[in-house]
Amino acid sequence: MPAVTESFSRDDVVYVARLARLDLEPGEVDLYAAQLASILDHVAAVTGLDTTDVPPTAHPLELENVLRPDTPGSTLDRDEVLAQAPLAEAGRFRVPPILGEAP
Amino acid sequence: MSGAARDIPVGALATARAVRAGEVRARQVAEAALARIETFEGELHCFNTVTADAALAAADGVDAAVAAGRDPGPLAGVPIALKDNLCTRGVVTTAGSRILEGWLPPYDATVVRSVVAAGAVVVGKTNLDEFAMGSSTENSAFGPTRNPWDPGRVPGGSSGGSAAAVAAGLVPLALGSDTGGSVRQPASLCGVVGMKPTYGLVSRYGLIAFASSLDQIGPFAATVADAAALLDVIAGHDPADSTSLAVGFEPVSPRLDEGVAGLRVGVISDFLADASPSCVAAVRAAADVLGRAGAVVEEVAIPALMLGLSAYYLVAPAEASSNLARYDGVRYGLRVDGPDVTGMNGRTRSAGFGPEVKRRIMLGTYVLSAGYYDAYYGQAQRVRTLVARGFADAYERFDVLVGPTSPTVAFEIGAKATDPLAMYLSDLYTIPTNLAGHPAVSVPFSLSEGLPVGVQVLAPALGEGAMFRAAAVIERGADPQARGPIEPRATKVAR
Amino acid sequence: MTPDTSPGPGWEIVVGLEVHCELSTATKLFCSCPNAFGAEPNTNVCPVCLGLPGSLPVLNARAVEFAIAIGSALGSSVEASVFHRKNYFYPDMPKDYQISQYDAPINVGGRVELADGSVVGIVRAHIEEDTGKTTHVGGGGRIHDADYSLVDYNRAGVPLVEIVSEPDIRSAEQARSYVNELRAILVATGASDGRMEEGSLRVDANISVRRAGDAEYGTRCEVKNLNSLRSLGRAVDYEAARQIALLESGGRVVQETRHWNEDEGLTSPLRSKEEAYDYRYFTEPDLVPLAPSAALIAAVVAGLGPLPAARRHRLAGLVAADGSPAPVDQLATVVGLGLDDLVRGAADHGADPRLALARAANEAANRPADARALSSEAFAALVKLESTGKLSATQSKTVLAAMLEGGGEPAEIAARLGFEALGDADLDAAIVSVLAAHPAEWARFKEGDAKIAQFLLGEVMRATRGRANGKAVAASLEARRRS
Repeated sequence: MPAVTESFSRDDVVYVARLARLDLEPGEVDLYAAQLASILDHVAAVTGLDTTDVPPTAHPLELENVLRPDTPGSTLDRDEVLAQAPLAEAGRFRVPPILGEAP
Repeated sequence: MSGAARDIPVGALATARAVRAGEVRARQVAEAALARIETFEGELHCFNTVTADAALAAADGVDAAVAAGRDPGPLAGVPIALKDNLCTRGVVTTAGSRILEGWLPPYDATVVRSVVAAGAVVVGKTNLDEFAMGSSTENSAFGPTRNPWDPGRVPGGSSGGSAAAVAAGLVPLALGSDTGGSVRQPASLCGVVGMKPTYGLVSRYGLIAFASSLDQIGPFAATVADAAALLDVIAGHDPADSTSLAVGFEPVSPRLDEGVAGLRVGVISDFLADASPSCVAAVRAAADVLGRAGAVVEEVAIPALMLGLSAYYLVAPAEASSNLARYDGVRYGLRVDGPDVTGMNGRTRSAGFGPEVKRRIMLGTYVLSAGYYDAYYGQAQRVRTLVARGFADAYERFDVLVGPTSPTVAFEIGAKATDPLAMYLSDLYTIPTNLAGHPAVSVPFSLSEGLPVGVQVLAPALGEGAMFRAAAVIERGADPQARGPIEPRATKVAR
Repeated sequence: MTPDTSPGPGWEIVVGLEVHCELSTATKLFCSCPNAFGAEPNTNVCPVCLGLPGSLPVLNARAVEFAIAIGSALGSSVEASVFHRKNYFYPDMPKDYQISQYDAPINVGGRVELADGSVVGIVRAHIEEDTGKTTHVGGGGRIHDADYSLVDYNRAGVPLVEIVSEPDIRSAEQARSYVNELRAILVATGASDGRMEEGSLRVDANISVRRAGDAEYGTRCEVKNLNSLRSLGRAVDYEAARQIALLESGGRVVQETRHWNEDEGLTSPLRSKEEAYDYRYFTEPDLVPLAPSAALIAAVVAGLGPLPAARRHRLAGLVAADGSPAPVDQLATVVGLGLDDLVRGAADHGADPRLALARAANEAANRPADARALSSEAFAALVKLESTGKLSATQSKTVLAAMLEGGGEPAEIAARLGFEALGDADLDAAIVSVLAAHPAEWARFKEGDAKIAQFLLGEVMRATRGRANGKAVAASLEARRRS
C-alpha cells in the first residue's frame, strides 16, 4: 500500500469539511489542519506496521445471520415525531431548496 | 456518610432490600436523593436534566407495588442517573451537544426500560463530553462537570456526570457508556466502580452512537456488589440490536464472593511503563491483595496492546463520522437556516458541533476517504486483530489481567483542553479492551495526594464472573478512604 | 436536432441497465414498519427508519429469502455477504448514509434470456434500503426551481434489490425486452410486483456508443428518470444519437449523469459533480454478516416455479413438434400473460398446440384475466372446432370472445350464434358466384397470381358472412385452377 507521507494539509481539511458538511471559517481551517496533522502523525504509526496475512476485524463478535420475522410492529405517532422537527408542513419535514439530485 | 434524611440506606442493594421489605418508602429515598442533588448540583453540574416529578411518581409506583404485594423488582426504589446519551422518551436527551439541545426522544433505550422494570427510579440525565468524545467532560456544550474530590479538577470522561453523581452520593447507581474507557476512566478519577461489559452483552438500542463496534453501556456504583447488581439487570439479548449476544448470560452477583483461589492473574507490564508512580503502586498493591487471597500472580508483556491507541483513533472517528452524519438539521435538533439544504446542513453542523466533535468527524472522514481507506482504516482494522490476538495469547495463561485504569489521577480543568493528543493519552490503558470487545472494570483502590486511584481488572469475552470476583477481592483490600460516596469538597486540593 | 432512432452505419449502441425493485415484504428491510404504498406521510415510521439517534437496524428474513429467490432465478451464485454503509448527504436519507452491499453482494453473476433468445449477462444483485420521498413546492414542482421541499419517510427503509446487468444490450428494443423479462421473472418469484409506473421497478441506463468492431467501450453516460418502458426506449435512442453526433463532429463524450426529460424527449446533464463521488464505503458495524445456508437456498430454489424462459422453451417444444418453429412473439405474449398453462392444458386435451398458441396470443390475450380463468378443456374444445373445420377462424374468434366475456361451452355458443359449418354445396355455390362476379381477378388467379387469392378469399368470406372455412376455400380455388 502507498506509504503515507502527507500530513493533514489545508486542502485535506477543506475537502473533508465539504464532504462532512461542516462550514469552517478560514481561520478555523488552519487551526484544524495543524491539530489534525499532529494527531495523524501520531496515529499514522500503524500504517508502517507489517500486517501481512492479518485479517481485519470488522466486528468483535462472531455472529452471523441475525434476522427478524417479516411481521408488522408498532409505528411512531406522527405528531410526536413532527413536534421535534425544525420545520414541518402538511405532515412532512420541510427543508430549504434541494439544488441537485442525490450523488 | 449520611443521606439528607435519616434511615435512608447507603448503596443500591441495601436500599432495594429495605424498600422491598417495606422498611423505607421509595418516596423517601427519592426525596433524599433529589434534595442532595439540589444541594450540590450548582457546584458539580452532574446533571443536564433532573426529572424530579417523574422520579417521585415512579417512586410512588414502587411503593404502591410493595403495598399491593407485587414484586417491585430487584432495584426497587433505587435512584439511578442515566448518561445523557441514553434515549429517554419525553425527557430531554442532548448527548452533551447543542445540536440536540432540547430534543425529546419518542422512545426509550432498552436499558432504560430494563432498569425501570427492575424498579429503579430515574432521577435525571447526566453530563458528558459531547457525543461521548472526550476524557474529561470538558467537551460538553453545557459546561464541565466538577470532580467531587476537588472542584478544580475534571471527573474524567466521557461519562463524567454519572461518575461524579455516584461519587458525591447523589445517586447510588448510574449508567454510562464506554467506547475507549469512558466509564472506567471517570470511575477511576472519581473513586467509584465503573465497568464496561463484553461487547454485545448489553443492548445498544437507544444509546446515541459514537463508534458502533466499540460502544457499550456500563454501570457505575460505589461498590463492586452494587455494580454487579446493575449489570445483572441490564445484560441480556435484545432483538432490537443485531449485535446483541444471544448466549445465555450467567448473572455475576450470586457468585461474587467466591474468591480468587487459584485464579491466574497477569499484571500487564506494558501498562506500568508510563503510568504515574502512584498508579503503578496501586496496581502492584492490588496484585498483592489478590496474591494473598490465593490468586497466582505474574507479570505479562502484551506489546500489541500498545498499538491500540493509534488503531482506536482511526476506527472510532471513522465510525463516528458516519454515525453523526444524521445530525443535519432536517428531522430534529438544531437547524440554522441556509439558502439551500446543503447550506443549511453546513451551517447547522458548524453551529451545533463543538471542536472535538468536528476534529473527529474530519479525521474519520479522511481515513475513510478514497485513496486512504486501506492505509488507515483498513490497516487499523488489522491492528485490531493484532490486539485481539495479543489478549488471546495472554488469556491462554491467565484468567484475568490487571493494570492501571488511567495514567494519572484527575487533572485540572483546562490542563489538557488545548492539546487533543494529550487528552487522548488518558485512554491508553482502557482502549485495548474496547478494540477486543472484552469486559473490564475499574475498582477504587488508593489515594494519591487526596485524589482517587483506580485499578483495572480485565477479562476475556464473557469473563465477567471471574473479573467481578477479582474486583471484589481487590475492593476488600483497598483503602476505604479512597472510594465514594463522599461529601463533595468545596475547595480545590492544594498539591 | 431530431435524432434518427437507429444508429448510423458503423456504430454500435452499448447499454447496461441498473434496475431497482421494491420487494413485496410486509415490513421494511431493517424495521417492522409496514411496507405499504399510499399511507399518509410519515405514518409508517419508527426510530429505525427515521434514523433517530440511538436506533439500530435488524434485517428482515423475508427480504433475504426474496433476494435469494431473485438471485436463483437469475442464475446467480448466492454467496455469503456483508452490508456496507454508503455515505452521502441528502434530505431523503434519514441517516445520511444508505445501508447497502458494496464488494460482497449476496448474488454474483447470472444471466437473463430474453423472449427472442438473446442473453443479457448479470453482474450482481444486492440488497439495500430505499430512501424517503421528496416533493418540491413552487417552480412547477420540479427540483431546480422549487422554493422548498417536503420529505416523507414512509418509503425510507423499504427493501430493494438492485440488479446490475452487463453492458450486453445493443438496442432500445432489447433494453425494453430485458426490463420486460426481468419484470416477468420478478413476478414469477413473487419477490416484487415490478411496476415501473408505480415505482416498484426503477431503471437507470448506462449508455455508450462505439464504432462497430471496436473492442473498447466508449465513455458512458448514466441516464435517470426513466418512468416507463417507452421512456427507456426513447432515451436509449436519443442518448445514443446524441453521443454519435458528438463523436462524429470531433467532440468527446463527457462521463456524466443525465436526466431524461419525457416532455421534450431529450437528456440533459444534471447539476452534479464531474468526478466520482466519495461514498467512503465501510462495513456496517450495526449488522453482522449474512451466510445463507445451503438448505435455505435449496428451499427457496425448490419453491420457485418454472421461470419465463423455461416456460417459453417448454411451450415452444410442444408447438414445434409439428416440424416448424413456434412464433417467438406468440410465445412471449402467452408466457408473459401467464397463459401457457392454458395452452398446454388444451394440448393435453387433444387440441392442436400451434393453433391453441395462436388463439391464446392473438385473441385470449385481449382479456388476460378472463383467459387465465378459462378451463383448458373448454379452450381445447374450441380449438378443435376450428381445426376440424366446423368453425371458421372468424367464427372461432367470436366464440372465444363470448367465452371470455360470459363463460360457457364453445359448441353451445356456436349454436346459439347460428354458426354452423358451411356445407360443401353452399361453399361451392358461394365460390362460384364470387368467381362469376370477378372474372378479371379469376383470370389472374388462374395465371398464377397468388396475391389475388387473398382478394377472392375475402369476397367468399363476405358472401358467406364469415362462415366459410378459409382453408377449405383456398383448397377449392386451387382445385378449380388446376382443373
